[in-house]
Amino acid sequence: MKISLNQKILSRNEECAKKNRIFFDEHGVFCLNVISSPGSGKTTTISRTIKDLGDKIRIGVVEGDIKTDTDAQKIRDAGGEAVQIETHGACHLSAEQVYNALKALDAEKMDVVIIENVGNLVCPSAFDLGESKRVILLSVPEGDDKPIKYPGTFAEADVVLINKIDLKDYIDFNLERVLADIRVVNPDAAIFQVSATTGEGMDQWYDWLINKNGAAQSAR
Amino acid sequence: MHETAVAESILNTIIAQAETADAKPVSAVISCGQFNALNDECMQFAFEAAAAGTVCESMLLNIKHVPLRAKCKKCDATFEFDVYKPACSQCDSMEFDFKRDAPLLLETIEFEE
Ligand SMILES: Nc1nc2c(ncn2[C@@H]2O[C@H](COP(=O)(O)OP(=O)(O)O)[C@@H](O)[C@H]2O)c(=O)[nH]1
Ligand SMILES: [Mg+2]
Ligand SMILES: [Zn+2]
Repeated sequence: MKISLNQKILSRNEECAKKNRIFFDEHGVFCLNVISSPGSGKTTTISRTIKDLGDKIRIGVVEGDIKTDTDAQKIRDAGGEAVQIETHGACHLSAEQVYNALKALDAEKMDVVIIENVGNLVCPSAFDLGESKRVILLSVPEGDDKPIKYPGTFAEADVVLINKIDLKDYIDFNLERVLADIRVVNPDAAIFQVSATTGEGMDQWYDWLINKNGAAQSAR
Repeated sequence: MHETAVAESILNTIIAQAETADAKPVSAVISCGQFNALNDECMQFAFEAAAAGTVCESMLLNIKHVPLRAKCKKCDATFEFDVYKPACSQCDSMEFDFKRDAPLLLETIEFEE
């Protein structure tokens, strides 16, 4: 006997992502899911964003990591509020883990919630967390072949931050190629070249964040 | 390795269906697209590990990879997108629109008669 299901795999995650999305809508929270390889600069970028925008918008952070809460601690040192999720080996965050973290964060009081996903450029992109927008970070030292090697990840991005741009003259990194390769799979993403350590280019990213957040607020 | 999560998700569904059908599952077909591609080896390994000790133990898993179609903006040709050669198959242009990528699906389950 054979049965046809044609059922979406990971539907349980999608159900829970829907729940998160409703939560964000109801409370007027703008949520970002930040995905990159380990070491691309997610924590540094989020910390700097909080330092520079913290007095304008209230930002809460959900930190995903395989183990330890060092990243959440760094966010707190930057003056932000953070909740750590330890995934105990899992290579991605699930919508359910985020749902629980939102409670612990008092997320309904935030203007913006930033989720730092587990450092991995492939797996997290298969899991919708219910975010408003998805941000992919790519740092210069990782090399200029990443968009073409991981097209699925870049295809789903709303924003691509090319981080560590301060290093581009020291490393063989073909910026034109990266921009072209991102455009092949994703003609619509906003792309910003930034340095989370020197601050170069961060203003454009802040403008985007404030405008999008504002758009989310006024859509209500 | 998100194959583990995929394996668990499939397994839960198959076990539930097996209970309803009151039969032992022998094989299943899943399909994926190009952007959410599964690695066959990882997937088989993850499924085997998850299925051990359940009614799904030693089940056969077939993985279908559905091609992603794209339409060239220059010459209008429709072609199968190749991640490793992202250009129009007719004119080599790199400007094109994607059709929808296939979702991760559990298509069919086959049970013992
Ligand atoms: N030169 C340079 N280093 C950076 C930049 N952003 C982050 N880093 C460094 O990269 C390392 C990893 O950063 P981190 O934020 O922890 O990366 P994460 O794993 O993605 O969270 C740290 O040593 C940072 O100081 C940048 O824009 N330029
Ligand atoms: Mg980090
Ligand atoms: Zn063409």
